[in-house]
Amino acid sequence: MTWIPEVASNLASKVDGVLWVITLLSLVFFVLITVLLVFFAIKYRRRSENDETPYITGSEPLEIIWTVIPSVLLILIFIYGFVVFKDMKSPPKDAVEITVTGKQWLWTFDYYNGKKTLNELYVQQNRPVRLVMKADDVLHSFFVPAFRMKQDLLPGRYTQLWFTPTKIGTFDIFCAEYCGTGHSVMRGKVIVMSPEAYNIWEKGAEAEEGGAVASLPAAELGEKIYKEKGCNACHSVDGSILVGPSFKGLFGHDVELQDGSTVTADENYISQSILEPQSQVVKGFQPVMPSFKGILSDDDITAVIAYIKTLK
Amino acid sequence: MANHTIAHNVYVPFLEKKGILSWLLTTDHKRIGIMYLVSISFFFVVAGILALLMRLELLTPASDIVSPHTYNVLFTLHGSLMVFFFIVPGLAASFGNFLIPLMIGAPDVAFPKLNLGSYWIYLLGTLIMLIALSKPADTGWTFYTPYSTTTDTDVVLLTFGVFVLGFSSILTGMNFIVTIHKMRAPGMTWHRLPLFIWASYATSILQLLATPVVGITLLLLITERTFGVGFFDPAKGGDPILFQNFFWFYSHPAVYIMIIPAMGVISEIIPVFARKPIFGYKAIAYSSLGIAFISFLVWAHHMFTSGISSLAATIFSFLTFLVAIPTAIKVFNWVATLYKGSIQLHSSMLYSLGFIFLFTIGGLTGLFLGALAADIHLHDTYFVVAHMHYVMIGGTVMGFLGALHFWYPKWFGKMFNETVAKIAWFLIFIGFNVTFFPQFFLGVEGMPRRYATYPPQFESLMSLSTYGSWILAIGMFVMAANLLVGLFRGEKAPQNPYNSLSLEWQVPSPPPHENFEEIPHVTDWTYGYGKKKESEA
Repeated sequence: MTWIPEVASNLASKVDGVLWVITLLSLVFFVLITVLLVFFAIKYRRRSENDETPYITGSEPLEIIWTVIPSVLLILIFIYGFVVFKDMKSPPKDAVEITVTGKQWLWTFDYYNGKKTLNELYVQQNRPVRLVMKADDVLHSFFVPAFRMKQDLLPGRYTQLWFTPTKIGTFDIFCAEYCGTGHSVMRGKVIVMSPEAYNIWEKGAEAEEGGAVASLPAAELGEKIYKEKGCNACHSVDGSILVGPSFKGLFGHDVELQDGSTVTADENYISQSILEPQSQVVKGFQPVMPSFKGILSDDDITAVIAYIKTLK
Repeated sequence: MANHTIAHNVYVPFLEKKGILSWLLTTDHKRIGIMYLVSISFFFVVAGILALLMRLELLTPASDIVSPHTYNVLFTLHGSLMVFFFIVPGLAASFGNFLIPLMIGAPDVAFPKLNLGSYWIYLLGTLIMLIALSKPADTGWTFYTPYSTTTDTDVVLLTFGVFVLGFSSILTGMNFIVTIHKMRAPGMTWHRLPLFIWASYATSILQLLATPVVGITLLLLITERTFGVGFFDPAKGGDPILFQNFFWFYSHPAVYIMIIPAMGVISEIIPVFARKPIFGYKAIAYSSLGIAFISFLVWAHHMFTSGISSLAATIFSFLTFLVAIPTAIKVFNWVATLYKGSIQLHSSMLYSLGFIFLFTIGGLTGLFLGALAADIHLHDTYFVVAHMHYVMIGGTVMGFLGALHFWYPKWFGKMFNETVAKIAWFLIFIGFNVTFFPQFFLGVEGMPRRYATYPPQFESLMSLSTYGSWILAIGMFVMAANLLVGLFRGEKAPQNPYNSLSLEWQVPSPPPHENFEEIPHVTDWTYGYGKKKESEA
């Protein structure tokens, strides 16, 4: 555990500057007050019931001093916070624009070249990015601690934030605005790539990924999709109950639905649950799963079903 | 001060009458105070147990004790009960009721029946909330739209319960304002008033002016949920940020409804146990009013990342720093009161010094959240959770427990075991810090709040926080057991065990129903401790 998360964007060190200045000023006042408190409590402890104490009711010069000095410092902190905030709110004109959609409980990213990713945001090192964001259902908040960046997403309105990633690597995205049952699993990753790697991803990754993927056996591909497309956020494979039912021992067994009817979990049931989740909600769970129509292809769904079949 | 040597009546303590109706139908402010005290303490315990369950779930990153939905219900109920049922009525309704008439030399509050009515309204709100527990809400205590209008849990009844509670708060505030204006004993001028009265006055103004706004907000929310009228839901032409503006317009001043009475309490305790006049009386008195006024103008600092304009964010950040000034002034004056005193570390004094220490941390960490750039990173993380609890537990609850230990002999006519009380204070102080201090680091690291499960990198600090909650719980248990045992086995309390000059200590413990046999004539302020110089005498 470190004191402060990694510094991975152009703005992160500026925000840290504000954090450190306030920390130092706070420490000065904290130490001053604590030392006086302890010192007085010991030095002036009651020695006898007849201790004589002076009749001191106040001091105007002191009141002025401890009003004016903190006021000046507070205004300086305000200004420093504001100056950095202004940078955070002023994206450069040449920033790459990516559309972010938050919905319960996943992130989708639409790129200028028509690419679309789920829960994984691909960006290039040292190239400014502007995220144009909206929510599909309730409030969400896009938060990348390593970038010191946070902005709420609203339904029916666009919000934005920008950053320049400075470090190659993978960084956490958290949803920071409470959004319901699956709020704590609404996490993603920012993948910052070198310009070369980004070029390859930008142009050919899909073909390459497709090629690699096609050669996998269906169940293994299903497992990969299960992990990459966020199924694992809500559905366990070890029988534990998360937001949704576990996949363990699901296939071929009877499932009791919200309306009291029972269905057998076969290929059609699973496929329908992925594409139209609200149509057959399992008893004891809430109708909260988003549809994966357009996110998973038919082949993907077949692979997921093959994977579920292996979870006995 | 006042002179009560002539006995006209036989002394009958106000606790003498027995039977449930003697309580439910009483108009005695001291009995109403006790009913509030029992009610809020009950909710403090219940909401505290919910918090322990949450911390237990958070011991490990995975979801292993309760489901994520249940966890969300737990933090919703913990927050709602603590805020609306414990800490907002809190000190103001319990100790405010007990102390205001006694301290200003009055036989009761201005409207005793209305006072009882306020308590009944509180009970009614409680009943409505209990019904809502059949399908408890999972929105968080802030009820943010559009989630609160779309979740299928029972948001309507819970918010309606809070709506009803609001009337209790408004009427109590109004009652106290009139009492302080009209019922002061002869000679009890504004500048002789105990600082707890100044604090209660500022609090009452906030209750009266801010509570209607949350009432209307919750009513709009209920209307939207029930009839589908679009106020906040953008799908129906509403605006979710409007809800946040409304909600915080009340809920930020509400923070000061919660903390100002505690500031009043320690302004009473410190001079008594330092045997010194309070330092900077006027500065402390007027800073309460200053805080109350500015607190109406800072609400949007809860919304820097919500999508409000950068200009609005900048203005509210600036105003937020202004509210820190009167708060800092109070802290400096309390510390200065100790200078050259004769300090006795009575348990209530330990809570008061604990208040100054913890509230200072709570206040200073507020600067991080007020500064725009820093807040963007820290907002909605555990840093906010820690800051909030340092102010609410480190501040208000410390003040509440200090008040409980300080006025216990007066209120109940019994003494508690002082050694056990000190041990309990120590456990609470250590437990609190172990629970909440690590959360500042969690927040800086980026751990978001309201997470039922969390990434493994946060585990060590999260489990440390859980261990702390166990120490805190043990401390609270020892503290409560000690006070309860004292009620039955404690020695009889003398009239004025700490040699306080304040009026409430000049009547028997517990006070008679009518408080004063004869309305006292006040000739000096409450804080005339210490030896005056020749020229001042």
